[in-house]
Amino acid sequence: MNDEELVEYFRAQMRKDPDMASAVAAIRTLLEFLRRDKGETILGLRESLTSATDCLKGEDSSVAVSSGGELFLRFISLTSLEHQDLSCCKKVMEERGELFLEKISMSRTKVAKLCHTFIKDGAKILTHSYSRVVLRVLEKAAAEKKRFSVFVTESQPDAAGRQMAEALKNLHVPVTVVLDAAVGYVLEKVDLVIVGAEGVVESGGIINKIGTYQMALSSKAHNKPFYVVAESFKFVRLYPLRTYQMA
Amino acid sequence: MADSGGTDEHDKKDDVERSKSEGKELTKEEKQRLRKEKKQQKKHKEKKDDKASQESGKENKSASSAAAAPQLPTQTVKAPSAVPAPAPVFVPASSEAPASADKPTKTKAELKAERRARQEAERASKQGKKGDPGQQAASGKLKAPPSELQPVVKRLPEHIQVDNPEVLKKLAKKLERQQIPLRSDYGYKVSLFSHLHQYSRKAPLTQQLSIPSTVIHPAVVRLGLQYSQGIVAGSNARSVALLHAFKQVIRDYTTPPNEELSRDLVNKLKPYISFLNQCRPLSASMGNAIKFVKKEISNIPTQCKEEEAKSKILNCIEWYINDKIILAAKAIAASAIEKISDEDVILVYGCSSLVNHILFEAFEKRRKFRVIVVDSRPRLEGREALRRLVQRGISCTYVLISAVSYILPEVSKVFLGAHALLANGYVMSRVGTSQIALVAKAFNVPVLVCCETYKFCERVQTDSFVSNELDDPDDLIVTRKGKTHLENWQEVPSLGLLNLVYDVTPPDFVDLVITELGMIPCTSVPVVLRVKNVDQ
Repeated sequence: MNDEELVEYFRAQMRKDPDMASAVAAIRTLLEFLRRDKGETILGLRESLTSATDCLKGEDSSVAVSSGGELFLRFISLTSLEHQDLSCCKKVMEERGELFLEKISMSRTKVAKLCHTFIKDGAKILTHSYSRVVLRVLEKAAAEKKRFSVFVTESQPDAAGRQMAEALKNLHVPVTVVLDAAVGYVLEKVDLVIVGAEGVVESGGIINKIGTYQMALSSKAHNKPFYVVAESFKFVRLYPLRTYQMA
Repeated sequence: MADSGGTDEHDKKDDVERSKSEGKELTKEEKQRLRKEKKQQKKHKEKKDDKASQESGKENKSASSAAAAPQLPTQTVKAPSAVPAPAPVFVPASSEAPASADKPTKTKAELKAERRARQEAERASKQGKKGDPGQQAASGKLKAPPSELQPVVKRLPEHIQVDNPEVLKKLAKKLERQQIPLRSDYGYKVSLFSHLHQYSRKAPLTQQLSIPSTVIHPAVVRLGLQYSQGIVAGSNARSVALLHAFKQVIRDYTTPPNEELSRDLVNKLKPYISFLNQCRPLSASMGNAIKFVKKEISNIPTQCKEEEAKSKILNCIEWYINDKIILAAKAIAASAIEKISDEDVILVYGCSSLVNHILFEAFEKRRKFRVIVVDSRPRLEGREALRRLVQRGISCTYVLISAVSYILPEVSKVFLGAHALLANGYVMSRVGTSQIALVAKAFNVPVLVCCETYKFCERVQTDSFVSNELDDPDDLIVTRKGKTHLENWQEVPSLGLLNLVYDVTPPDFVDLVITELGMIPCTSVPVVLRVKNVDQ
């Protein structure tokens, strides 16, 4: 499976299910790559997987793709210690890969189940931009018959916040779209802040859409609880010291 | 052995005194005799107290035991209580001293008397089973005070209880047994730190040793002198020097007949460690190294031949130095270089061998950066760092610590070395480090601490008072323009000079700790300790 096929498969996955996280699509692609791989040695397999991950990183530069790819790779290296024979090893890897994929597809549901209890009846929630995890959490809270209202920041330049507002309107949740600059103004009325994350870094901080840092600082100043919901495959091996260094 | 008792004992005592003064090691018999005498003395004392307490009756005992129990915890809390009221501390100390002096013997006697009372009570309750409920209540009351006396005494290390005469007496006895001279404290100690030792550099311990001293190996004597004079300084240097001295000791060691190498060698090392501790308090890294060496020695199988065992131990020590210090420095430099980008302005404090190594490596890898070296009196270690960096061709600036808030707006990162990393994430390092970390935090400059894992210790400390090291106060005296103002500081009664060596930095001020295991946040130190313990 060469680079173009890889990228095409990845794009196809993303198109098929727009709700799927990009990391999951990357892992699916890598699993397919593993199935089609004609390598003879485990070391060769690992090397080709690494180059495949790099190729996908070039296609979608988000942090989640690199973290997902790395997780998959680490996962594979652990399997190779137990079985010496390549074909039997590959079969085990594929089975485990399927299991892994199944588990992480369930992760959003699990997060929603854990998080909806933080939303009390009558709560006012502030969120930033469009996050599918946060949407799932709010869906679950609405399904639990909780009454709450949501403030969403418009989140320029792509106005993704409006997309979030549309989705919430369909859930019959009262929603208000605010300007990015109005976060400090609106925080007085809000009870809690929930945001998603693109990546969770080693120092415990998060990488997210531009504007999240300001929102976090303002909520700290207002003493409002700030919650981050993220699936476990988003944990990435970066340790940035300051915001300008993502390395 | 059928000699007349009295005069012979006296002769033997003289022998012991003579051999002590000659610096010869006491033979096994002499040591046993000393131990026997001390045991007999203790027994005589206990018998006397026992009789006295039994006569005073059970009620008095229960009252005094209740009094003894709170006395014990107050004693252990005495060190931090020195903080609020400096003057009154001396008064309760002197009043508690006579009480605490006969307390340990009393509690042993108490326990014996209680055990006897309990036995009698049980006998009585068995005889009158369905008898007086009053009697059972009395026996129940008796059982309650003994359980109260299960004291949760936390043993504090000796070196932070210097103002407790009890502890000093115990230390003196221990050193006498090991035939090491006791070093006396020097000069007036600031009351906040009166619980720590303060020695003078002009009176090294080696002057009190008789020559030739066969008790302490000459390599160890040399090392002790190097420590106390400050010739070998810096935690890595001290640990490596210690391990090399131990290697020499092991090379010159021969197992005495009827002794096992694994046990005897450890016992031989104990007086050396006490001696080095008297010359200069041991650092956390040295403590960990000693633990490792002791463990290796005690794990030698008994059937191993002496030459083989010695070469095994020497190889282990060699491996420790290579793995934990040299290779660790390389690994740390490799990770740290990722954090150094071009056009960086790096601030370093004092002279840390590890930080210097990192800067050299980064310079080799053609990173373009400049360094600001911050220095402080009285050690002025920054000058040594400055010398080494400039020799390599790195562009440096030199400031004193008073100018750190002036220079910090220019700085992009701060690299600090550490003396030890404590189990609650606090960083113990040269005094002045916590100040730099605090100012860097105020200016939002990232602070990176570089530390090898062998310096991680299980201790927990939140302030720099409880456990620290006081250096020679005379070091603060300086002659400027022909005038030495502090020359006669001892004559001024209200003046005290304080020369602290270490301080403790909270983890909120540290952004990143670089170890050979990777880059971790300060709060992950206990995890590393746990993993290390599992490995071992």
